[in-house]
Amino acid sequence: MAVLRARKTNNEVDQPSSPVLRFGSDKPLKLDAGTLLSPFQIAYQTYGTLNDARSNAILVCHALTGDQHVASTNPVTGKPGWWEVLIGPGKIIDTNRFFVICSNVIGGCLGSTGPASTNPATGKPYGLDLPIITIRDMVRAQQMLIDHFGIEKLFCVLGGSMGGMQVLEWASSYPERVFSALPIATGARHSSQNIAFHEVGRQAVMADPDWHGGKYFEHGKRPEKGLAVARMAAHITYLSEAALHRKFGRNLQDREALTFGFDADFQIESYLRHQGMTFVDRFDANSYLYMTRSMDYFDLAADHGGRLADAFAGTKTRFCLVSFTSDWLFPTEESRSIVHALNAAGASVSFVEIETDRGHDAFLLDEPELFAAINGFIGSAARARGLGL
Amino acid sequence: MSVNRDQRVDLEVVANLIPPQSRVLDVGSGDGSLLELLQDSKQVDGRGLELSQRGVNECVARGLSVIQGDADKDLEFYPDKGFDFVVLSQTLQATRNPKLVLDELLRIGNRAIVSFPNFGHWRVRLSLFVNGRMPVTKDLPYSWYDTPNIHFCTIRDFVNLCDELGATVEKATALDANGQKIGLSMPWWFWNFFGQQAVFLLKRQ
Repeated sequence: MAVLRARKTNNEVDQPSSPVLRFGSDKPLKLDAGTLLSPFQIAYQTYGTLNDARSNAILVCHALTGDQHVASTNPVTGKPGWWEVLIGPGKIIDTNRFFVICSNVIGGCLGSTGPASTNPATGKPYGLDLPIITIRDMVRAQQMLIDHFGIEKLFCVLGGSMGGMQVLEWASSYPERVFSALPIATGARHSSQNIAFHEVGRQAVMADPDWHGGKYFEHGKRPEKGLAVARMAAHITYLSEAALHRKFGRNLQDREALTFGFDADFQIESYLRHQGMTFVDRFDANSYLYMTRSMDYFDLAADHGGRLADAFAGTKTRFCLVSFTSDWLFPTEESRSIVHALNAAGASVSFVEIETDRGHDAFLLDEPELFAAINGFIGSAARARGLGL
Repeated sequence: MSVNRDQRVDLEVVANLIPPQSRVLDVGSGDGSLLELLQDSKQVDGRGLELSQRGVNECVARGLSVIQGDADKDLEFYPDKGFDFVVLSQTLQATRNPKLVLDELLRIGNRAIVSFPNFGHWRVRLSLFVNGRMPVTKDLPYSWYDTPNIHFCTIRDFVNLCDELGATVEKATALDANGQKIGLSMPWWFWNFFGQQAVFLLKRQ
């Protein structure tokens, strides 16, 4: 089964089951690394209908291990779209009203060009020959996709975590193309602690002998153990101590007493192992390295002479930021510093901190207060954009 | 934020001071009543700053641009003259440093509108004079030990502070216990005695 799944993931890489936009040598992607990526492709999904004025488009930016299947069944896992609680017909982001676009980021592994994609120069997967991809590179590619749809100005760009970084980059790089921006549980830069967590994950992947310096496909292998450990460590950072303890406590897994060994005695161990194992079935290890690196490199203030407010100078975009009290990956202070910068830039900004013990991952869950904030923000932005019901 | 919400007769007075389409920052925006009133009746470009997270979340859910923040700490992040009007309604007395806050209001806004409960009102004086107790009224329902209102002032105190900060009083209104405006021809001492709330429109060149 694992083998079948692995092949399926690979099928999604070059020939995804979702729509894909291919850019030939006439339209290379300019990368921050200083090189051009060409040819390249963007895999995407859309939901709803673009109106005649092309004014009702919402771009959703996915997080580290997300993909374009935001509101429809994932072809690899068979599970519902990762934000179906929020997006769909009659939902808070109503696809009967809005045209929702979500694309797999460059560097990803679900159909957009990434390290698992076939390098046309060699006929083999890129592996580490793919240049480092930045958040700005991802956004630059998305912008080419938006051009393809003939959309001048997106009604809203939203996303959480790494998706939120893309939202901030969109608002900073293309302010005239973003009517409203909704960055959730994110930061304008990756903190030292977050870089540290990512480095642990990367080292776990690279320490797996099956990684083969990134050329594992050529050896018919995949660094499953290393990637699983990386996912386990990362998964802890997405939750909170309170939530973990509420859910698992010190409960034992299918046993009455400690076994005095290194089996998964505790439920939390079993849970993490499961998270690790299911992750390797759907995600490419090299892509994980590239995704984590893109977040580490993100520092919006540094791109603007060290002053974050300058990233948003003169912006007309309406912003709403959301943070969660128990998120220790992107604590409220990260959002607050963005809010202060937006204030200094004279921007229109709302900021909501939501009380929850569900940690960073709260943005993906059914959080009524989050939905109320998004609903209020989208509703008032829609009225301002002339998109009344 | 710190007085009984049903008693917010000052909101209408504040709203009447603001011309349509102005850029307004409401400091201490509470549940967003004033911002909503201004948006609906004056089509202002309104923003809010509110201390309580519950208030902020309510405002944002109602489609208002409000952020969580503290008037004592977060006003410094706003640029000079970024707004036509900065409103501080019924909040000054709850700030830690009213002088600094007022100074910031005058920096951020071309004009500042400040409303506050008048501690010189005769009921307050009577309570202290006759009972020798800190006053507890229906507008100021807190006991001395649990009140968020840590810096009460009278209308005359406030006028003095404006002088100190170089602010010109362009308009002032006092409201009596029934929320009625006190006649403009009345002298300051009369306002200070019978005004339960005061609303000031200030400008600093």
